[in-house]
Amino acid sequence: MSKTYYKPEDLKKFGDITEWQEKMGEKFFDYYGEVFEEGALTKREKALIALAVAHTVQCPYCIDAYTSESLENGVSEEQMMEAVHVSAAIRGGSSLVHGVQMMNKVKGLSM
Amino acid sequence: MKSLQAESHSLSDPEVQLEIINSHNEKIRSLTKFEEKLQDIDLFPLKPTGIEIFQMNVGYMCNMTCKHCHVDAGPDRKEIMTKKTFGYCLDALRESDIKTVDLTGGAPEMNPHFRWFVEEVSEMGKHVIVRSNLTILTTNKFSDLPEFFKKHGVEVTCSLPFYSKSRTDRQRGKGTYDKSITALKRLNELGYGKEDTGLMLNLVYNPVGAFLPGDQEEIKQEFKKELSRTHGIEFNDLYTITNLPISRFLNFLLMSGNLEEYMEKLIEAFNPAAAMGVMCRNTISIGWDGRLFDCDFNQMLEMEVHEDSVQHIKDFDIDSLNNREILVNQHCFGCTAGAGSSCGGATA
Repeated sequence: MSKTYYKPEDLKKFGDITEWQEKMGEKFFDYYGEVFEEGALTKREKALIALAVAHTVQCPYCIDAYTSESLENGVSEEQMMEAVHVSAAIRGGSSLVHGVQMMNKVKGLSM
Repeated sequence: MKSLQAESHSLSDPEVQLEIINSHNEKIRSLTKFEEKLQDIDLFPLKPTGIEIFQMNVGYMCNMTCKHCHVDAGPDRKEIMTKKTFGYCLDALRESDIKTVDLTGGAPEMNPHFRWFVEEVSEMGKHVIVRSNLTILTTNKFSDLPEFFKKHGVEVTCSLPFYSKSRTDRQRGKGTYDKSITALKRLNELGYGKEDTGLMLNLVYNPVGAFLPGDQEEIKQEFKKELSRTHGIEFNDLYTITNLPISRFLNFLLMSGNLEEYMEKLIEAFNPAAAMGVMCRNTISIGWDGRLFDCDFNQMLEMEVHEDSVQHIKDFDIDSLNNREILVNQHCFGCTAGAGSSCGGATA
């Protein structure tokens, strides 16, 4: 076992997951590839969404990959940081909106 | 900022550059050779498809010292094309069917014979492209050039690495973005970049860092949207150009620890279709001293055209050049990555 959980060079080994489950792995990568093809959304838009989600799930590999992808697709620094704020706003909001559940529970139990 | 040459930097030596991109360390030595990639797709030796573009580097002097410049151009560079060499170029153009003359540098406008040469070539009916850094057009001495370009129908292809000030200035120096915007607005006023005027204004985008350019059409649309929204600027086309790992960009890659990963990225993105369309197949590059090269990058690496071909513009022979073998090395991966890269943008 390595001394750190995350190593940048492991990102390039992502494809190796098919070695131990070929069929599922290949299905996943086919799907993954198709998702990021230009469609109703542009590659640029998809890169920005992926960058925001990468921050939400706090995946260092994804942050590495989709920061580069965003740069390559002509996304500015300001746009990238705004995407991260969107992620933070949804994350924070998702906690706070559950405050209503808490309030409901309190109201239900209280006199 | 001084040029690498003025600093007597080791990277101003082409041999040192080639040594680094071929065998800097074990990792670099283990990378696939460009020649092998061409062999895999039956494209080696690489041969021209026929010269259509006559690209002249009229001197390495420039009013700017950009961090990525493959020419290592700057105010301290003295190499400049003489009128005699321009004369040889005119002779060559007269005797050939080549229709496009592409003027580059340095800042080509700074050559004292620039205006005279443009007049001569446009009188011949050839199409002239000038590769302008834009900021030169805002200096007193050259501020009338936009009108001169218009008079001669010169196509202006200019550098603007990004639509935001911070990223542009990081690569090209503080104040560059504002001056570039001033120059673009002046060109727009004269009709450049507007539909139906026939006055072509193209932008060159190149990544500000160790990453590849994305989809040319998407980046073009983003530039159009942003430059129109923020400054009301219009332009015709946008060319994405990949930074090749030579000269100052190579220095950046080494200093930032990005060399190995960048080379790997270029090689992994090798695209056979882009290799088919590389610009050296339809271009000849003429150096400031009249020597002939397969492209401007080979020129900077002092890789002259194959020894079996004519070597100098005074001996121009299109058949000899059309049958030459194009010289390649590891830097060529920059032109074959992804959608490809050339002075006219993506190639695949």
